[in-house]
Amino acid sequence: MSPQPLVEIRDVNFAYGSRPILKGINMTFHKGQVIAIMGGSGCGKSTLFRLIGGAIKPTRGEIKIDGQVIHKLDQHALYAMRRKMGVLFQFGALFTDMSVYDNVAFQMREHTDLPEEIIHDLVMMKLHTVGLRGTHALMPSELSGGMARRVALARTIALDPMLILYDEPFTGLDPISLTVVGDSIRRLNSALGATSVVVTHDIQESMKLVDYIYFIADGVIAAEGTPDEIEASKTPFVHQFVHGERDGPVPFHYPAGNYMQDLGVSI
Amino acid sequence: MSVVNSVRNIGHAVIDAIWRIGYATRFFTLILLNSGSSFRRFRLTVKELYFTGVMSLIIILVAGLFVGIVLGLQGYEILKRYGSESALGTLVALSLLRELGPVLAALLFAGRAGSAMTAEIGLMKASEQLAAMDMMAVSPIARVVAPRFWAGVISMPILATIFSVMGVFGGYLVGVIYIGVDEGSFWSQMQGSVEFQHDVLNGVFKSFVFGVAVTVISVFEGFDAPPTAEGVSRATTRTVVQSSLVILLLDVVLTAFMFRGN
Repeated sequence: MSPQPLVEIRDVNFAYGSRPILKGINMTFHKGQVIAIMGGSGCGKSTLFRLIGGAIKPTRGEIKIDGQVIHKLDQHALYAMRRKMGVLFQFGALFTDMSVYDNVAFQMREHTDLPEEIIHDLVMMKLHTVGLRGTHALMPSELSGGMARRVALARTIALDPMLILYDEPFTGLDPISLTVVGDSIRRLNSALGATSVVVTHDIQESMKLVDYIYFIADGVIAAEGTPDEIEASKTPFVHQFVHGERDGPVPFHYPAGNYMQDLGVSI
Repeated sequence: MSVVNSVRNIGHAVIDAIWRIGYATRFFTLILLNSGSSFRRFRLTVKELYFTGVMSLIIILVAGLFVGIVLGLQGYEILKRYGSESALGTLVALSLLRELGPVLAALLFAGRAGSAMTAEIGLMKASEQLAAMDMMAVSPIARVVAPRFWAGVISMPILATIFSVMGVFGGYLVGVIYIGVDEGSFWSQMQGSVEFQHDVLNGVFKSFVFGVAVTVISVFEGFDAPPTAEGVSRATTRTVVQSSLVILLLDVVLTAFMFRGN
């Protein structure tokens, strides 16, 4: 493990107006690691994802990527940094007016001066990596959800990024696609020598492939550790989440008034 | 309390409107600043020229012909009362070149191409395609917005000119072929009264200004649309309504400057 972490998140706070979302988050991601950031819906994990990508700025604290504070970079430097990052969006976000081939070739054409013959070979290799070389001529509308996610994965690794961010990569996938995408994340991370950050609430799938897990609840890190430590954790929140229990510190009901009163029943 | 609420709502609406105008101005500036990289990939603008310009040709040709036919019929009816049927060519040409060509072509362009631009950019935003592009270090304004803007600005004057030409042809069909106005006087009076700079160029300039206004509104509304089905739908409606009003308002201003008492 490298002594110099690739990503350092120090005392990060973020609020939408007066509503705090993240409160004093500290995380460290080393080169070669696959990290999972987990938590229930609305806990702030997607906000953290956007902060790491430099899409929004923290209200306090800093996020360093490869030694540079991401939110202090100007547009030019931020784009230079993003060229070293890959982001897989929840539903792929493939460009619908381009073929699968053009989607994967997009960044190569935008950021390199490679001749078209070499781009062709690289695109085919990336698509082969995710098992979809045969789809290069198809349009995104002709792909299933799982295939679109894998094509998006091929596009994400087009420029061999050092940091790959995955936003809910397992949502809505059938069991086979789930396994394929999960395997691909691990395999690609090793092959590229990259660092992967998976934002997800799919505990079972993540446990199989990640090195370290951070649990976020109410804007703070509720627990962290290796998959084995998380599995054995006695922390009520983590226990409820890992075992999918209905009752626990995370309430089933959104705060509401008197039920009988809402039903118009007088007692 | 209801008076206070009303005042508060009006205040909110005014502040919101001012904020949006400021945001749109900043957005327009960003488009201009990003146009350099957009021109370096001119094939993108050419592609958009096809979608916004070429694909609007049919509606422009048909509408121009119909407007010219109606102008010919109505114009002949009125001119006949004063025994000036031979001035039909002048009436049709000046009406189209100065007003109807630029204004109607711009209104049709807003309805056909403007709404499509808003919906396309809005849906790209809703499906995170713009965010994905930004995360890939490619500016969505340079790659998506600027080519559409310039395609609109370039195609609008061309479409307005085609509209006017078709309108004159429609007027000729009705006036000369159908009603029987003398062909020589139809064309010669038109040629004698239409001034290239005063009538033709002013009309082209008008359509250029309308093109800038319509495309800025269209791309801004798409880019600013809330990423939901309802948000995109509302943005598309706003594009058509705002573009139409702005075209008519600009027409008043430009006409007042170009043709006051001349």
